[in-house]
Amino acid sequence: MSADAATDRSNRRVGVAAALVAVAMIGLAYASVPLYRLFCQVTGYGGTTQVAAAAPTADQLAAVAGQRIKVRFDGNVAPGLPWRFRPKANEVSVPIGEKRLAFFTATNTSDQAITGQAGFNVSPDEAGQYFVKIQCFCFTEQTLQPGETVDMPVTWYVDPAILKDPVAKKIDEITLSYTFYPVDKRAAASVAALDKPTRVRLSAATNRNSLKDRG
Amino acid sequence: MAHAATAGAHDHDHDHKPGFIQRWLFSTNHKDIGTLYLIFAIIAGTIGGAISGIMRLELAQPGIQWLTFMTQGNVDQANHLWNVFITAHGLIMVFFTVMPAMIGGFGNWFVPIMIGAPDMAFPRMNNVSFWLLVPSFLLLCGSMFVEGPAGANGAGTGWTVYPPLSTSGHPGPAVDMAILSLHIAGASSILGAINFITTILNMRAPGMTLHKMPLFVWSVLVTAFLLLLSLPVLAGAITMLLTDRNFGTHFFTADGGGDPVLYQHLFWFFGHPEVYILILPGFGIVSQVVSTFSRKPVFGYLGMAYAMVAIGFIGFVVWAHHMFTVGLDVNTKMYFTAATMIIAVPTGIKIFSWIATMWGGSIRFDTPMLWAIGFIFMFTVGGVTGVLLSNGGVDTYFHDTYYVVAHFHYVLSLGAVFAIFAAWYYWFGKMFGKPYNELLGKLHFWVFFIGVNVLFFPMHFLGSDGMPRRIPDYPDAFAYWNQIASYGYAIMAVGMVFFFINLVVSLASRRKAEANPWGEGATTLEWTLSSPPPFHQFETLPVIK
Repeated sequence: MSADAATDRSNRRVGVAAALVAVAMIGLAYASVPLYRLFCQVTGYGGTTQVAAAAPTADQLAAVAGQRIKVRFDGNVAPGLPWRFRPKANEVSVPIGEKRLAFFTATNTSDQAITGQAGFNVSPDEAGQYFVKIQCFCFTEQTLQPGETVDMPVTWYVDPAILKDPVAKKIDEITLSYTFYPVDKRAAASVAALDKPTRVRLSAATNRNSLKDRG
Repeated sequence: MAHAATAGAHDHDHDHKPGFIQRWLFSTNHKDIGTLYLIFAIIAGTIGGAISGIMRLELAQPGIQWLTFMTQGNVDQANHLWNVFITAHGLIMVFFTVMPAMIGGFGNWFVPIMIGAPDMAFPRMNNVSFWLLVPSFLLLCGSMFVEGPAGANGAGTGWTVYPPLSTSGHPGPAVDMAILSLHIAGASSILGAINFITTILNMRAPGMTLHKMPLFVWSVLVTAFLLLLSLPVLAGAITMLLTDRNFGTHFFTADGGGDPVLYQHLFWFFGHPEVYILILPGFGIVSQVVSTFSRKPVFGYLGMAYAMVAIGFIGFVVWAHHMFTVGLDVNTKMYFTAATMIIAVPTGIKIFSWIATMWGGSIRFDTPMLWAIGFIFMFTVGGVTGVLLSNGGVDTYFHDTYYVVAHFHYVLSLGAVFAIFAAWYYWFGKMFGKPYNELLGKLHFWVFFIGVNVLFFPMHFLGSDGMPRRIPDYPDAFAYWNQIASYGYAIMAVGMVFFFINLVVSLASRRKAEANPWGEGATTLEWTLSSPPPFHQFETLPVIK
């Protein structure tokens, strides 16, 4: 009988350990969601673009002087969002590493205020790691009043490191694409207040940058 | 108290069985639960097989004839109905036929006996595992009759249930029912896996070391670990799908910042080990059968055991070869191609060890041996096409064509199912106490063998010519081989008639099965017991030398 009891005890121990493994695997499935996002951000996987605080230094630029790349812009809206959304210029040719500003024009064609958030990526996928944004309207939600038209800026550059990547260095044209999605109405109400100053600040930065670009 | 005393007294009766309700509904006896699982698998397999019959009927000639007949001429609904059929066929065959038969059925029946244990470690949990499967199966069948997409019934998502088709594409409750069904089936299998792991690690008879365990027990042990590690990931993924559908989360919806490709990663992290879950117990069964009928111990026992461990391990790091066309970069494809091809090494070890076991053996070609040899042949064909498909570049061409359908039916329909039939005939007398009819068994094998080959081999041609999966219609150019494949289905169905006749004839006969009908080649512990074994075996544990 004592042998039976010992078997029962050790059965319970192994059984509980196995059950814990199963629970841990469910946890891993959920942990994979933030891990996957992190992985895409770090590696530029699937054309995920990079974010930086500042443009490359003059030294970095000098090293790649004379190298240019073509960048095309694409803007579209998801079904169910009554906006018009287009890039101001379809394509530009830029020196690699140089900070540039691009504008997209969005118009709310409906008769009510709507909040949207832009999803983005670049194509080809390999360019994601080297397409860097400093400021972007896609970092925050945007609210448009009925009939309002807004120019939305993005400050970006192509990382000179792209020329060292065995695959990506062959790329001569990158397409940056945005898709605006409607944001949940309830969520929209709470962020609408926060949203406006952001855009003001962005356009202030925009004005400064565009002056400098012209200069 | 008196009741307890009586029950205690009855324990000493050699073969006392409880009443019908007690015995079959509240069963805690591993052999009875195994039998329940086998009955369940036969019923589910018949339904899943009948559905594939409708599919082959529709595909027998170009155009859509039979589906539109079922939807009163509505072509859109007919196309959706097709998707419902392929989904139901896949899920039923995977979760309700092959897994219950191999793991629940033969695993429950023979793992405790082969390691010299009186029963499973958690007999009541074993009962729960089985009875979870029944509502799960009913939910899946029920999902075919409630609304899926607007204006049509059933979940037409494929067994993979990819979003966005399974989320925004199916607003009705059918997919919710299918997801719940998978949840319950998953819970059942996880409980079963915990039970097998505990039983095998803890309840082996004195002297039965891990390295003396029969290979079938090894195969179930590896399978149980795969279940334990992979099924919770599926449970997590389909729970995310469920909350995406009903509670406004955005795990897999791009418009909320999610990524539908993440679902594919999660699904295939489960899905690839799942296909090894289906086949590994078959490896174990074939090892027992080949060794028994060659009257030799299996060649390279340790290599065979650790090849299964290796297959199980590598199975977790190759999942993205199912998603070569989602836009993986070239280096990622290179890794998944190489890792996938490496699986051919342990699999090759197994195939060659089976051949080496037969080599120089005194071979008996009884029905189980025919199925086992059939398994080795078919599985090798499926394995070769698998190596082809594992190549990321080649797969871009073959992806979602009938070539893939041919490949996985050669390893599953002709691999796993052949192993199940090998086990069925090998252990039939042991389980039911009556020998099966040898002539009918052989007829079953030969007709089925010819049928499935005529059915699935032409799919290689159709796939290489570019015929896509999951479409009920095709251009006239594909008519010839499709018609032949449908004839193959009919031949296979005739083979199954012999199976059912054999089942009835053998169970109705008055002959008694011997304890060991297979002679000196049958060395595992179940052959030391009577046929059928006593209701409670090994009250004094056997000692293994």
